[in-house]
Amino acid sequence: MDLTFATICEIAEAVKTKKISAKEVVVHFQKRIESLDGKLNAFTSRNENAVKDAEMLDARIARGEDVGALAGVPFGIKEMFCTKGQKTTAGSKILENFVPPYDATAVARLKNAGVVVLGKLNQDEFAMGSSNETSFHGAVRNPWDLDRVPGGSSGGSAAAQSARLVVGTLGTDTGGSIRQPASFCGIVGVKPTYGRVSRYGMVAYASSLDQAGPMVSSVKDAALTLEVISGFDPQDGTTSRKQVPQWSQNLNSNMKGLKVGLVKEYLTAEGLDSDVQKTVENAVNELKKMGAEIVEVSVPLTEYAVPVYYLVAASEASSNLSRYDGVKYGFRAEFKNLSAVDLAEFYSQTRGQGFGAEVKRRIMLGTYCLSSGYYDAYYTKAGQVRRLIMEEYLAAFRQCDVILSPVTTAPAFKIGERISDPLTMYLNDIFTTSTNLAGLPGMSVPFGMSKDGLPIGVQLTAAHFEEQKMLNVASALESVSTVKGKHPHVV
Amino acid sequence: MSYRGYEAVIGIEIHVQLSTKTKMFCADSTSFDAGDNENTSPVSVGMPGTLPVVNSKAIEYSIKTGLALGCDIRKKSIFARKNYFYPDLPKGYQISQYDQPICENGSVTFTVDGKEKTVSITRAHMEEDAGKSTHFGEYTLINYNRSGIPLLEVVSGPDIRSPAEAAEYARTIRQIVRYLDVCDGNLEEGSLRCDCNVSVRKLGDPQFGTRVEIKNINSFRFVEKAIEYEIERQIDEVERGGKIIQETRLWDPDKNRTFSMRSKEDAQDYRYFADPDLLPIIVTDSMIEKFRQELPELPIARAKRFETEHALPAYDASVLTIEKDVADYYEETAKGAGNFKASSNWIMTELMRELNSAGKNIKDSPIKPEQLGRMIALIDKGSISGKIAKTVFQGMWDSGKDPEVIIKEKGLVQISDAAAIEKIVDDVLAANAQVVDDHRSGRKKNLFGFFVGAVMKASKGQANPDMVNKILQEKLK
Repeated sequence: MDLTFATICEIAEAVKTKKISAKEVVVHFQKRIESLDGKLNAFTSRNENAVKDAEMLDARIARGEDVGALAGVPFGIKEMFCTKGQKTTAGSKILENFVPPYDATAVARLKNAGVVVLGKLNQDEFAMGSSNETSFHGAVRNPWDLDRVPGGSSGGSAAAQSARLVVGTLGTDTGGSIRQPASFCGIVGVKPTYGRVSRYGMVAYASSLDQAGPMVSSVKDAALTLEVISGFDPQDGTTSRKQVPQWSQNLNSNMKGLKVGLVKEYLTAEGLDSDVQKTVENAVNELKKMGAEIVEVSVPLTEYAVPVYYLVAASEASSNLSRYDGVKYGFRAEFKNLSAVDLAEFYSQTRGQGFGAEVKRRIMLGTYCLSSGYYDAYYTKAGQVRRLIMEEYLAAFRQCDVILSPVTTAPAFKIGERISDPLTMYLNDIFTTSTNLAGLPGMSVPFGMSKDGLPIGVQLTAAHFEEQKMLNVASALESVSTVKGKHPHVV
Repeated sequence: MSYRGYEAVIGIEIHVQLSTKTKMFCADSTSFDAGDNENTSPVSVGMPGTLPVVNSKAIEYSIKTGLALGCDIRKKSIFARKNYFYPDLPKGYQISQYDQPICENGSVTFTVDGKEKTVSITRAHMEEDAGKSTHFGEYTLINYNRSGIPLLEVVSGPDIRSPAEAAEYARTIRQIVRYLDVCDGNLEEGSLRCDCNVSVRKLGDPQFGTRVEIKNINSFRFVEKAIEYEIERQIDEVERGGKIIQETRLWDPDKNRTFSMRSKEDAQDYRYFADPDLLPIIVTDSMIEKFRQELPELPIARAKRFETEHALPAYDASVLTIEKDVADYYEETAKGAGNFKASSNWIMTELMRELNSAGKNIKDSPIKPEQLGRMIALIDKGSISGKIAKTVFQGMWDSGKDPEVIIKEKGLVQISDAAAIEKIVDDVLAANAQVVDDHRSGRKKNLFGFFVGAVMKASKGQANPDMVNKILQEKLK
């Protein structure tokens, strides 16, 4: 077995049947991280105990124990997730020294299923960004072209997965942070229905939009990982009590009679790159060939998705990030004479030095939106439009099973190209944010290549809790994807 | 009520600490006597990624309180974030309720100086408590044990017109939450905290004056004193031609005055918005009905029942119902005694005196209500006299033993055997032949009492007084 390109399912099976030890797998990928991550900057910290963790798993397997569906599979975890005893910075200086005494529920579930965590993965600061350039740990490079961004905010996860430094990664998606980097790096990324995966222990950016999800190399791996992390959590009151289907076993790529929706407004979106457009068209044609029916649907208010998203997300973020005040944990500004410093000065120095520019921009935007006198015009209005966007989607899903669309307007852009122009950067999220606003499941599956040799994903969206339909179409597309078998040069 | 031609307008916000075992949004203990920061967890100190999960007991207690205060219970209420920075507020926001509180539009009725007074309850909303900062000059220590403890803030309408009404209102709320067993009502430990909003206006003026909020009041006596002081201060200010500033003032119990803490000018914009981590609280009719069924009889209704069904005087009924435990004790005693007034008398005089001097709660009384009830029944049966009963009571208090045991041990049983009494009477009469002669001949009047006393003394107080009377009358004919 070529470990480097093995799937999650293959590795778990081999470890469980003792064809290979968890330790051998872990050591293999640790070596890859050692030799390749210098170019990518995907990892922010490594798990010093990974080999020990693997040995313990091997010992349990030797005793005949069932160690879980993901036995011995090495994972990288986005910095956004709390990991017990291991630094969790959310890509920010303000948490540079924070070591949580608990695991996020999603991480705990992976570990219970036999995953060995190799380390933490880089991201935009507090997941605020689309290029992984706002991280306190520095930019991450795209393995397909080291001058380009891997996307964001889960840029470290996408780069590490695409370069096969790990076998699976966990990301978070608030407005496209799993799907966009997955598209830029040629991997599969799934944002499940809001409420599917517990948010407990996941550093909050925008609570009503945040969801965790897998960023992996195949649709089946995504389905299996999602099964492990999904389901009701008594520590998160917003998780659903719905039963978690066995998506990976129920994958069905028979497209006969399936209705695939195309959003009218997306087809005419301004500034759509021709390679991206062609990739979507090819996907449509392939699905037609497989017997799917193509229907046109309309989601007119999607035009407002980006502004609504930034109002909602920034407002929630301004409150969620208030806890980083230097009092209890994390970074605290240095003062010559602390007892002479008044409270306002203490906060403004600590937060002023601890947060980066993009985070401060969003905190200010959100604080403004929630202020008395502006609240109704911004926050209330955004909430109303959000509700209408969801209703439009529900109506669209009465006409089709899944919606197919681009993930982004263009493939991965150059590092530094957009960072000084936040508005252009925000527009990058035009196809992804409405999924979060409506709480729908969405995913990116690699399908085409650009003229410059960059991977391009297509986005699939389904109605609430209909992940199976979306995964089925993704698996059909995967089988005819032109990205299949291609790997970044760095590998 | 008039103060130099002015009228006071008072509204009170009472923070009721709900006596749940765990905190509002996590499983931390709420025990009062824990060591510093012992009752904390990643959730209650606001660590990254932690989430609140609602304690359903806190919802139940809030609904029950709302029902007892005659409130409408909202079918859907919302938790909102109140955003402000302070070191003892670990998340940088307090989870509270804003425009959709769980209870609204209630009222409470009580008596002040013999007059009935009704005060409206505008709303009662749930929120979590903050931690506690202790300043030591150079540095500050923070204890997060209180962080996340559930509170119900009961907000009255501006209906109170005097310090006495204010104190009685607060006492009534305390009495109700203690009856419901949703709060221990301990003001010193902060389980009940009163903030008073006070303004003054010329009598007859339809407009309210500018209101001032007074905090840091930890007894009902101080509610009265602080408001009293504040009314006079405001009238002085207005009379002097000055303006009342909308501000928060603190009560200083040592100096008996209020002083300014912060003015409304540096008031914060709390940027309230619905907390996205918490789903709306949905309350169904069947939940409300269930909680209504579980409500205990409230003090006013109970006092009425004691007056009508037990024929107790209004004074007894009101004293016995101040505390639920006392009322329960009384009913239990009366059940055993079969005598309402006697039960009330024994509790209000003998038992209360002993409890007060021992500093004990009625729940910890060494005499259990059924024991006291049996003792009263023994008096009514004639087994012991009322006078002997006091000795029996003392014995019971000291030892916790049953009345029958005390009577037996101390040989206090009443002598009701006619032959035995006759013998004592005969002995007394024989020993006092001269007095008997004086009585029979009518030379001296009113000697009957002398014989009764002598017989009782000879029987060490144990002879049945009625029988002694009867036998003496016959023998002295």
